[in-house]
Amino acid sequence: MTHISHHISDALMAAYVSGNLPQAYALVLATHISMCDSCRASYAAHASIGGAVLDGSSSVSVSPVLRNRVLDMLDTPPREDKPFRASGIFPAPLMQAMNGTPPRWRALGAGIRQSVLYREKSCSARLLYIPAGEAVPEHGHGGLELTLVLQGAFEDETGRFGVGDMEIADGELDHQPVATGDVPCICLAATDEPLNFKSLLPRLLQPVFRI
Amino acid sequence: MLLEQGHQMSVVKEGLSVPTSFSPMRSKEPDATQTPTAQQPRCETTRLMLAVRDHRDKQAFSSLFDHFAPRLKGFAIRSGVTNGQAEDVVQDVMLSVWNKAHQFDPNRADVSGWIYQIARNRQVDLFRKNSRPVPEELISDDVDTCDAEQIVGLEQEVTALRSALTRLTPSQRELIEQAYLGELSHSEIQLTSGIPLGTIKSRIRLGLEKLRHELKGTTSK
Repeated sequence: MTHISHHISDALMAAYVSGNLPQAYALVLATHISMCDSCRASYAAHASIGGAVLDGSSSVSVSPVLRNRVLDMLDTPPREDKPFRASGIFPAPLMQAMNGTPPRWRALGAGIRQSVLYREKSCSARLLYIPAGEAVPEHGHGGLELTLVLQGAFEDETGRFGVGDMEIADGELDHQPVATGDVPCICLAATDEPLNFKSLLPRLLQPVFRI
Repeated sequence: MLLEQGHQMSVVKEGLSVPTSFSPMRSKEPDATQTPTAQQPRCETTRLMLAVRDHRDKQAFSSLFDHFAPRLKGFAIRSGVTNGQAEDVVQDVMLSVWNKAHQFDPNRADVSGWIYQIARNRQVDLFRKNSRPVPEELISDDVDTCDAEQIVGLEQEVTALRSALTRLTPSQRELIEQAYLGELSHSEIQLTSGIPLGTIKSRIRLGLEKLRHELKGTTSK
């Protein structure tokens, strides 16, 4: 396992553990935790706080019908959902998001490609493929942006991010990540607004490219 | 669900041996002088859960049901679902506890935390169209989980965590409850002050390292 130095903050982890993080971000966190034992431990620690809250919460009696039904169902074999397995650089939650198939890349120019995995009004998640030495076009974003490196590395104003590292950028950060190293950088990025690419594509084209 | 109307408002605080709101379920026969052994984790819920996992013990499961089901229901109702939906959540979660018991590893999770996580995942799945992304499971069928020192060490960390939670001010505690009920967005959550998360994280990390070691051992056979 490679050395991971950029991790999930406690506030993000608490929101994820409590089920209150929008889907696109939850996908990035689930993927990072799959790669990072330190954050897997943090995930369980936050669940322990949740467990303490659950234990201390007010009880509401359940109907005897429910109790009997559950006890009667113990011998019924559960409906097996076949879990997705990690494949290559893609951990299991990402394979699930891609429904077990390789990413469908779309060219954005300058050798940069993307594959949108998930998109709704409030957030979107995509894979980005950036050839070594290329810069992700300069962009601001309205809100939170999470970027997780799956292959290669990138650098921006805040530091270097290698495999497993997750960058947390808020709306203030106007950054320009550059892929470094010998291999193309592949990362998973989640934003709560369309990325505002400033140079590569005119704004008008953004809906066409589903950015 | 009309038959259950009578239960909807019957909010009761079930009797616990320790009068704090974050107390874990303790053994019914406390004996402070006895050191827990490999077969005897100190925490009653751990013992019950291991009986379910290793022996498919239905009696142990019904004890866990009686402890957790009313709390899970109260939890679900507080997060805004109807009585009927809350019972659906309870059924779904408790059946997951039974069916996913093999995933429970006392080296790196306490029972309440583990069930809490299942509950949040299931509740999100039941009421949203997308199933929630969850981390890849780390499981080995051959893991020897009778590492009493690690299990008891984790139980002690959980106890310390709970006692730290009881020392918070009422408003801080309210914030914690809201956060873990899923009522706060990540930008509204500021909760690290005063909670010794670092120590419990390192203890869980030890459990993970143990598992990694075991997994390595099984794959190289």
